[in-house]
Amino acid sequence: MPETITHVKPSCYHCGDECLTTSYQIEEKQFCCQGCRSVYEILSGAGLCSYYHYNDHPGTTRARTDKRFDYLNDPVILAGLLDYTDERLSVITLYIPQIHCSSCLWLLEQLNRFNPAIYYSRVDFLKKQLIVRFDPKTFSLRQLAELLYDVGYEPLISLQDIIQKQNKAEKGNLVQKIAVAGFCFGNVMLLSFPEYFGLSGYEQTFRHFFGYLNILFTLPVVFFSGRGYFISAWHNLKKGILNIDFPLALGIAVLFLRTAAEVITHTGAGFADTLCGLVFFLLIGRFVQQKTYHHISFERDYRSFFPVAVQIVAEGKEKPVPLSGLVTGHRMVIRHNEIIPADAILLKGQALIDFSFVTGESVPVNKTLGEIIYAGGRQTGEAIELEVIKPVSQSYLTQLWNNEAFTRKQDNRMKTFNETVSKYFTIVLIAIAVGSLLAWLPFNYRRGIDAFTAVLIVACPCALALSTPFTMSAALSIFDRNFFYLKNTAVVEQMARVNTLVMDKTGTITTGRGKRIDLSGELTGDQQQLIYSACVNSIHPLSRMICQYFGALEKLPVAYYQELPGKGITATINGHLLRIGSGKFLFGYFTETKLVTRVHIMIDGSYLGYFTFLQEYREGMERIGALKSAYSLYLLSGDQDHERDELLRFFPDRGHLHFSQSPQQKLDRIEALQLQGHRVMMLGDGLNDSGALKQSDLGVAVTDDVNNFSPGSDAILDGRSFHNLPAFLRFSKDTVKIIHASFLISLTYNLVGLSYAVTGRLSPLVAAVLMPLSTVTIISFTTLATHFAAKRRNLI
Amino acid sequence: MTIIYFLIGCSVLLALIFLGAFFWAQRTGQHEDLYTPSMRILLDDDDPDAEEK
Repeated sequence: MPETITHVKPSCYHCGDECLTTSYQIEEKQFCCQGCRSVYEILSGAGLCSYYHYNDHPGTTRARTDKRFDYLNDPVILAGLLDYTDERLSVITLYIPQIHCSSCLWLLEQLNRFNPAIYYSRVDFLKKQLIVRFDPKTFSLRQLAELLYDVGYEPLISLQDIIQKQNKAEKGNLVQKIAVAGFCFGNVMLLSFPEYFGLSGYEQTFRHFFGYLNILFTLPVVFFSGRGYFISAWHNLKKGILNIDFPLALGIAVLFLRTAAEVITHTGAGFADTLCGLVFFLLIGRFVQQKTYHHISFERDYRSFFPVAVQIVAEGKEKPVPLSGLVTGHRMVIRHNEIIPADAILLKGQALIDFSFVTGESVPVNKTLGEIIYAGGRQTGEAIELEVIKPVSQSYLTQLWNNEAFTRKQDNRMKTFNETVSKYFTIVLIAIAVGSLLAWLPFNYRRGIDAFTAVLIVACPCALALSTPFTMSAALSIFDRNFFYLKNTAVVEQMARVNTLVMDKTGTITTGRGKRIDLSGELTGDQQQLIYSACVNSIHPLSRMICQYFGALEKLPVAYYQELPGKGITATINGHLLRIGSGKFLFGYFTETKLVTRVHIMIDGSYLGYFTFLQEYREGMERIGALKSAYSLYLLSGDQDHERDELLRFFPDRGHLHFSQSPQQKLDRIEALQLQGHRVMMLGDGLNDSGALKQSDLGVAVTDDVNNFSPGSDAILDGRSFHNLPAFLRFSKDTVKIIHASFLISLTYNLVGLSYAVTGRLSPLVAAVLMPLSTVTIISFTTLATHFAAKRRNLI
Repeated sequence: MTIIYFLIGCSVLLALIFLGAFFWAQRTGQHEDLYTPSMRILLDDDDPDAEEK
């Protein structure tokens, strides 16, 4: 029996990981690796040890090797990355994924203590961004990157950084519009009070003064804050669409004209405060709708995980080349943990490529010399050399991304409730307004005009415009709290309407962490050590998993070793003959009893048992299987059908399982389902699903780390919350019901208002009370109802 | 009662100053990151010669 060592291992002073060795030590402080120790040395050398006072173990582990920033000397790349530069000042915004605690914040804002050429550094904690101003004459960006790397905060510089800078979207000035509207609303309300409470005869001059002031205040509200509604209504009208902006714009215009007319002709007080309040609340609703979650970017594509430059070998020397300069025939060097940016042929080295970004499969794949390796794989292990056969823009991966499904406009999506309703709403509203005008006209034309305008004012669908954004934003924050991040509010409604769930297998319904490994049979400690010693020589993924299963044992000297690819290992160790591999390899003829991956073991001719490799399904997969009564469930997997039988537990029948699907086939299948009238929600994780994600009515990217790369989608679901999917689906339906209910409430208010309006006797006071009252009712109803619904679904 | 004209003028002017202050804060990016300052304030200034630029 092997001895068990039970003493508690110390944890690393820097990162908190377990220290497996005592060889990295300074002043009784233990470190887990050279990297962590050198970070400590740098920090203590600069007198920045307060870093360790704010948090215990604030660092992240540095057990990684060399990293090159040579490419940051290239002026073309530099120009793309820097926010601003001149002779004496450069400004750059870097994305630093390691930022996680107040110590990080403190250290990164003290960068000037390392080098006085850094003028200023500021952290945006939620965005994990660092803004640095430095002197480019004495300090280069490369040095900055190296400094950050040395202290454990390696900036993540990707191709997207360069591209993004060029098409940065212009920021709307919505907040300013709200500020102006709020300012005017407050003032107008105060100036309107005397009118509502009555003025004595001798104060009549004030009435006119207040009236004119009110008009003055409504001017910026209509022409600055409310301008967007007129523009939007006009554009939609030109396209023949009646959306909610039309009645809103009409309401604003009528309110303004009637107020101006009443004040100027001294016939009344007008509706200045209703107008300002309306615009103010509407803009707030729009703001709530726009408020998306900044800490997750949905616009990531393959570019965001490609490097900016790659090392190539030319005339016996290595030099960095920007990705755009990479051409066919270049010989590139890819090191441990680097990504292969273009399709290439392997020329030198042991390639063990992790294709998890592309396929979701996390077990590294072995490639032999001369084989084509597609872009997107990440090399693990030693450095390899490859010859580029296609430029980046034409690689398989990029082609996939440029499929028309990605560039197509998303106008085939389902219409939201709001869009559907507002069309009929507008027609009915105008019909009532014209009807009351015509009804009064024969008796009293003044009253007719009063009634006409009053209807447009009172029925202005303010509450309707507010109910959706407020319900949705409440729902969004609930989803957010459960690690389900939606791109925008319309996604909730789309989710409520899907009736078909399509799932990818690897990485989506199985965990990304790989397979479960089971040993059938008993092994003694010596036997374990023998098997470990044999398997540790192999780079086959299954051998590596067996080694991981045993943990760190001592490796014995191997006398003889032979590995037959796809079959197994024969080895002689300590005089024992080991045969490890498939049943066919060991016994000649063998049929597995089940469709699973197994590795059999034989030592000195006696059969000892086998390892079984099973995919580990995500927690809660049973609950999702239970959805099959309400939804049609489909599986679209790029893998072989090894686990067909096991998957039948979750899916209705064999016709719903599709294996060995290429990315294009996945996309086509979704399209075929849609043509049959299914409304499809697709769950996937790898780039091979991205076509299907885009094509589906609702694409959800499932990921174990939301800050990692994930394909472009409508929503990102953290793997931890996968079991909540049924609850999410039910909650989205609740949310839509809440919107319907709040719409009814708003209609009730409108009907009450209308009964005043059609008589032509709507007083400004009634309008001024009714409008905020309905707004407050709607907002509080939606917030409370969403909260209760979430509670019922166990989401809070 | 004519004093009311003056008082209203004053109050509107004051409100305009506040509006201007808000615009200024908005333009200088003070509303862009609302979370980090709340952490920054908890960190000690242990270094007297750390200078702000």
